[in-house]
Amino acid sequence: MSKDLFLRLLNASGCLDALTAPEVARGLDGFVTKTITPLPREGNAPPRIAETAHGMLNAIGLANPGRERFLADTLPQLRELGVPLWISVGGFCAADYAETCAALEDVEAVELNLSCPNVDEAADSAAEIVAACRRATALPLYAKLSAAHPDVAEVARAVAAAGADGLSLVNTLRGLAIDPRTLQPVLARAQGGLSGPTLKPVALATVFACYSATKLPIVGMGGVTCAQDVVDLVACGAQDVALGTVLFSDPDAPVRIRTDLTSADLDEVFAAAYKKSAVLA
Amino acid sequence: MSRRERLSVNGVETVGAYTLLRLDRGTLDPGAPGQFFMLEAPGRLLPRALSLCLAPTGELAFLLDAVGPGTAALCALEPGDRIHVFGPLGNGFRLDVGRPLLVGGGIGMAPLPYLRAAIGDAPVVLGFRSDRHAEAAALLPAAEVVVDPVLVTSCIEDGYDVLACGPEPMLRAVADIAPDAQLAWEAPMACGYGACYGCAVDIGGELKRLCVEGPVLAAA
Repeated sequence: MSKDLFLRLLNASGCLDALTAPEVARGLDGFVTKTITPLPREGNAPPRIAETAHGMLNAIGLANPGRERFLADTLPQLRELGVPLWISVGGFCAADYAETCAALEDVEAVELNLSCPNVDEAADSAAEIVAACRRATALPLYAKLSAAHPDVAEVARAVAAAGADGLSLVNTLRGLAIDPRTLQPVLARAQGGLSGPTLKPVALATVFACYSATKLPIVGMGGVTCAQDVVDLVACGAQDVALGTVLFSDPDAPVRIRTDLTSADLDEVFAAAYKKSAVLA
Repeated sequence: MSRRERLSVNGVETVGAYTLLRLDRGTLDPGAPGQFFMLEAPGRLLPRALSLCLAPTGELAFLLDAVGPGTAALCALEPGDRIHVFGPLGNGFRLDVGRPLLVGGGIGMAPLPYLRAAIGDAPVVLGFRSDRHAEAAALLPAAEVVVDPVLVTSCIEDGYDVLACGPEPMLRAVADIAPDAQLAWEAPMACGYGACYGCAVDIGGELKRLCVEGPVLAAA
């Protein structure tokens, strides 16, 4: 953790490959992997991305090498980077998640992806999944939730009661873009996850509501493009902050935002926001 | 070595139906022919992936087709404007071929002027959808040019090492005629450096990231 910043800057899961861009990952206080599922997944057919007015849609579909190959090949290579590792874990039932958690050791934290908009939802509830993972591991467990739930604070309370150590807020929201020439959806899967600046007010509201409801440590994310966005999330109760879509257009964003956060004038604002989040009702 | 830098626009020229955007090179390396750069598109969230067209001394030049809001914003740049540019990225053409033939379709001709400068005086065949688009062939003097409905694949003779760039149906047709061809593919990209997984294409029955594995790939 960077003491100067009072927080950790991470990447949002699925927004960086530390093995193809190690220099970008080394600019972060932790690298969050793409979500790992028990079996390998090719992901969805292309086109998988579309730009929107103030955001983008993706329907990658949890492309990943699967648990076995991740543990044998990918994880050892990631360890060589010397960056604290957060492992994003996914699945289709509580046992899927718990088995991956049980196989993990010596990592910074586990993020349970309970909210990918691009695959069919797990049959078990978020709280059931967290409870199963809690029994499987002593590692810090962060539950990644969707702001699409009608009462996300209630879900936050439920996962807190089930043993979550923290929350990752927010995942993308489901959206769709139409190709003006064909009047067909741009994405092969039609719907995808909406991210980017358009998501920021949703992220602020969700972090605010879930921090008020649980007081759990929160990794805030959603539309962060600059230091002020980080301050805003912290003011709403986030303890750490993750960068997502901004990494696509600016691989230097971690360094740029860190530099701006430690600049003299923003430092005071940031300290004030941090204190405020500690006393939020 | 790829870097990200803010570059100044030196010139914006109309070339038939296309636009040639000339940027001051800054300290960026032009890279190998077929490699690409991510260009900030003013007012848009995501940069646009463009292969280098020409590398005059001190400059990087890109050929653009204004097909959407991002490329339109790039075509609307004026001398003195500055945009972020990241690159060079991906894998370019292999230049160690005996008898090269350069094949381009439409805006897919973009990387060929820089490729011909690097590979020596190779023959070039270009296909376009209209006479106005075909005016861009001026960037490749002495190229053989065909216009729709004549297909560029009808100009490919046996015995050449084909290096091609163009729309997907053209590349598939080239691969049928010339199984040893090197093909430069295109896909929507958010990042250009392997982060977003958006540019996945089917390569040998597996979905792979074009920005990392390509954009130039062996046909077979």
